[in-house]
Amino acid sequence: MGGNSTDTMSLKLKIWRQKNSKDKGGMVDYTLDGVSPDMSFLEMLDVLNTKLITEKGDSIAFDHDCREGICGMCSLMINGQAHGPQANTTTCQLHMRKFKNGDEIVIEPWRAKSFPVVKDLMVDRSAFDKIMAAGGYVNVNTGNAPDGNAILIGQGDAELAMDAAACIGCGACVASCKNASAMLFVSAKVSQLALLPQGQVEAESRALAMVDKMDELGFGNCTNEAECEAQCPKGIKLDNIARMNRGVVKGLFAARK
Amino acid sequence: MSSKSSCSFLNSVVKKQIMGVSGLLLCGFVLTHLLGNMTLFIGSDAFNKYSYALTSNPLIYFAEAGLLAIFLVHILMAIKLVIENNAARPVQYYTRKHSGRGSTFASSTMPISGVLTLIFLVIHILGLKFGTHYETEVHGVVMRDIYKTTIEYFQDPLHVLFYIIAVTSLGVHVSHGFWSAFQSLGWNHPKYMPKIKLAATAFGILVSVGFSALAVFCYFQGAK
Ligand code: HEM
Ligand code: SF4
Ligand code: FES
Repeated sequence: MGGNSTDTMSLKLKIWRQKNSKDKGGMVDYTLDGVSPDMSFLEMLDVLNTKLITEKGDSIAFDHDCREGICGMCSLMINGQAHGPQANTTTCQLHMRKFKNGDEIVIEPWRAKSFPVVKDLMVDRSAFDKIMAAGGYVNVNTGNAPDGNAILIGQGDAELAMDAAACIGCGACVASCKNASAMLFVSAKVSQLALLPQGQVEAESRALAMVDKMDELGFGNCTNEAECEAQCPKGIKLDNIARMNRGVVKGLFAARK
Repeated sequence: MSSKSSCSFLNSVVKKQIMGVSGLLLCGFVLTHLLGNMTLFIGSDAFNKYSYALTSNPLIYFAEAGLLAIFLVHILMAIKLVIENNAARPVQYYTRKHSGRGSTFASSTMPISGVLTLIFLVIHILGLKFGTHYETEVHGVVMRDIYKTTIEYFQDPLHVLFYIIAVTSLGVHVSHGFWSAFQSLGWNHPKYMPKIKLAATAFGILVSVGFSALAVFCYFQGAK
């Protein structure tokens, strides 16, 4: 380990190409030489794109922004796994040293009815924004910023809320779920507020509103497979879903509207 | 399609909870059925008396209607969920790989093991409950000799084989279903969940092995 590896790799890539949302699309084969094990997965795609552009081809569209695992823009189904083979890692943080010279790598977009493909590997994830708009915020007036430590929050709750808040909204949970369910995302967003005093007031009605929106947008139903938890790059726990399930029951009985 | 059902009383969480409650009730039935059938091991009189006690009680019609209703709810909701879940991903992946840390054989085959159970149930009820009718007398009471019907039924090795396959599939179904129901209902706790999962596996094994043992026992009982 350590230091720069001088051996470069040749890769056989199978990549989903689709001109626009109307196009049928299909897998296209590429070979790429000179891939350094120190490159990130997205850098490898940059190199391929540079090659495609110099050859007067159409570059491959994929989402990305921060490239440091915090924005949730990168996606990609890599060899059948959301964000690739490394646990707790976004595609932008995945390195080519995870692959071997001569490997075939299949790269596809997230697949879900609610995440339509825009172009190539890019999907429209605005369904998540719509779920957030349905209740992923605090609506009650909480006044000015309170004095530090005026509202005491237990260490346990603070930790759980922070763990839930680690969700970057990338959609890997939807992509990896066999039912394209968004339960892990929604439950993280419900939990990060429901665990803290300011969010508790609306905890139940929020859970209900966000679940309704999720259903309306055509995401599937959870079958408790936990593939989402396993492939989530931020280690969001299934416990959040159970917490939300409890909240929904309470919401149905306690709904004010 | 799912936007039509945006009546919030039947949202995806509630649907799963209906699955969970009906599934747990069915688990309760399966367990009682297994324990009751254990009287087979004691002998013909014990089994016939147990069966007579159940069927001669007028409440049995309510119990049967209730059980049928639970099955219908479970099956109809399962069909609805499977249709919705398939619709949620119209274009499939070119390759799919499980992480090995999430989905299991049992969890990914719930609809298949469920349908197998349903087919089995129909054959099972036709072959035994509506099977050949014999009569016998135990302590002066005339009653159905369901023991004889059962033993006769399992003289066909194909019946035994099919029975073992079916109850194994039911065992697989509940080995995921049992803990999944707890998760759906929100009865989740980091301390108890591993134990509930263990209980689910144990229950699955108990169902498969228990019912299989009964079938094999009947087969050898008749050969004597
Ligand atoms: C005695 C028989 C049965 C028992 C004890 C049983 C038990 C269960 C339990 C406990 C669950 C978990 C519910 C949850 O995750 O909340 C479940 C789920 C399921 N059952 Fe059954 N079941 C039985 C028969 C059937 C039949 C006959 C079918 C279909 C024809 C079926 C289809 C399903 C399906 C598809 C699921 C998964 C639903 C989901 O996770 O969304 N089951 N079952
Ligand atoms: S729960 Fe995990 S996989 Fe799902 S959107 Fe959030 S970070 Fe991504
Ligand atoms: S590009 Fe921001 S998380 Fe990967």
